[in-house]
Amino acid sequence: MSAASGWDRATEAHKPPAEIPSPEEVEVPQALRQEIEGHMALYPDPTSAALPALAAAQRLHGWCSPQAIEQVACVMQVTPASLEAVATFYDMLETKPVGRHSVYVCTNISCSLRGADALFEAIRDAAAGDADLNVRPFECLGACDIAPMASVDGVYVGPLDIEDVPALLEDLRAGRPVLPDKQLARMLVADPLANAREYPSHPVQTADRGDSG
Amino acid sequence: MSAVTAERRMLLLADIDEPGLATREVYERRGGYQALRKALTMEPDQVLAELEASGLRGRGGAGFAMGKKVSFLPKGAARKYLVCNADESEPGTFKDRELMQKSPHMLIEGIAIATYAAGIAEAFIYIRGEYVLQADTLDRALAEVRDAGYVGEDVLGSGHSFSLVVHRGAGAYICGEETGLLDSLEGKRGNPRLKPPFPAINGLYQGPTLINNVETLSTVPAIVKMGGESYAAIGTETSKGTKVVSISGHVQRPGNYEIELGTCSREIIYGLAGGPPEGHEVKCWFPGGSSAPVLTAEDLYVPYDFDSLAKAGSMLGSGAIIVVDDSTPILDVALKVAKFYRHESCGKCTPCREGTNWTVKMLERIAAGEATPMDLDIMASVCSNIIGNCLCVLGDAMAMPIGSMIAKFRDELEQTIERARLRAEGALAHELASDVALDVQKVLF
Repeated sequence: MSAASGWDRATEAHKPPAEIPSPEEVEVPQALRQEIEGHMALYPDPTSAALPALAAAQRLHGWCSPQAIEQVACVMQVTPASLEAVATFYDMLETKPVGRHSVYVCTNISCSLRGADALFEAIRDAAAGDADLNVRPFECLGACDIAPMASVDGVYVGPLDIEDVPALLEDLRAGRPVLPDKQLARMLVADPLANAREYPSHPVQTADRGDSG
Repeated sequence: MSAVTAERRMLLLADIDEPGLATREVYERRGGYQALRKALTMEPDQVLAELEASGLRGRGGAGFAMGKKVSFLPKGAARKYLVCNADESEPGTFKDRELMQKSPHMLIEGIAIATYAAGIAEAFIYIRGEYVLQADTLDRALAEVRDAGYVGEDVLGSGHSFSLVVHRGAGAYICGEETGLLDSLEGKRGNPRLKPPFPAINGLYQGPTLINNVETLSTVPAIVKMGGESYAAIGTETSKGTKVVSISGHVQRPGNYEIELGTCSREIIYGLAGGPPEGHEVKCWFPGGSSAPVLTAEDLYVPYDFDSLAKAGSMLGSGAIIVVDDSTPILDVALKVAKFYRHESCGKCTPCREGTNWTVKMLERIAAGEATPMDLDIMASVCSNIIGNCLCVLGDAMAMPIGSMIAKFRDELEQTIERARLRAEGALAHELASDVALDVQKVLF
């Protein structure tokens, strides 16, 4: 009996499962090997390095490709299947080829109350056809204070208007810092009592977090 | 500003935007690492006694007494672990993000003190992978204090040694659940484990493990500095201290605010965050992240603390208030929430995996005009069949808010069902009519 329909990759049931790759047979880029071994050394059990190792391989290969997984498996001396099981579990690990720039648009409750669904559609439409961009709706990114927001290659920006979309994509494509004035790193805490003094090095004040609703 | 807010005490957010606070130099200039020095002159049991006296309850969601948690760890030479839960993924919550990004040394100092009190030699910060800036900041801060001898072998000449590693996750809400987090930290899928045994006995690598939230550990230096009893004087009888509350959704000034536990909820939502935009009223609010049963405008005067919110039928959770005003249909809120939990269910337990999926499908039926009021009862029964029947509370975390929305907004949902049904029937009738017209055309021409 073959595997259930839809599980295309599991239908090769006649094949034996891939074993732990032999270091003689798999070529691993030196920098990647060193990075993974560095992570493995940090933990009492080196298997703990699976997530940082897969993340490193993804940075190199663009996604957790079979080749990327084989290289990680070779360095960590685990089966590729155990790493595939991990890779398919986590949202940030890509199991299909994607554009090299990631744009995660938060569409969870707090952002959606402030227009995130329309924002996501606007970004997705504006990025349509650009193979370099990986635009995804994402679960709560933990920045509801700048809702609606997005994480662009890991940089949080918000609150975003639909009008910000062209500049956002332009900055991203040009390799510039994305919407510098809207980056979370420059935001002061909202609580007016938190800061006893004024700190001029932070140009963005909490009052600029945008009008509500 | 009202008198109540003027008296607010800042333990965690005080001068948090001071330039350079993320560096050891500025942090120490402000009295940083003094609590660690003080703790190292005390016996570990004395430090533990201060933590117990403070009454500090976990700030991650469950609200379990931190001192008690530490005391559950077996004494002696076993290889024990501390894991700081920095996987802040509860929708609406962003307090740990601000603390780690701006005051990373406060967390590191808290971890150093906790490892000393509990006799732990290996510590980890499990931070969600999306928090790139915060993880980089922690890594930098950690490198600084490692060089200075605050973390590592023989901390400040005290004989206490511990290692600390920042471990980045890769995007999974369930890894905020403590046993899911442990599996993830061991390099596996983040599936929760059966409890008991609890992590204090059998946790990371099967060893005794203390798991605490970022805010909880960040509060430890303040407790050691001021003494457990002084800390316990803040707040209410059973909810001690201050709490950083994340407010978002339909409020005019969303963000993090530090409040004394027991503050009137209305004071937080309206006084601090400015309430909904003009012309709108609070329709419902989640007091503790999207997993908390919703409260309504009638509950705005409930004191914001663990027990008052529990008594009102909800929970303080992670301390994240999400405000929904009267411009939003409750169906939209329910659908958003249910879809999130469906996406994040790890799939291990049937009631959660299937229950979240069917709840979404039934809510979509309402939107499509295919539901009857009976579906609300089925949905409520699905919710009650999830609660308490899974390894972890992810399914409960959907069932509780959805169940509360069905109970509290039943009239609105029934109207929505009826309107959507009429709309769908109208569309169907229109379609049939045009089909007939088409046939007539065929006959005529």
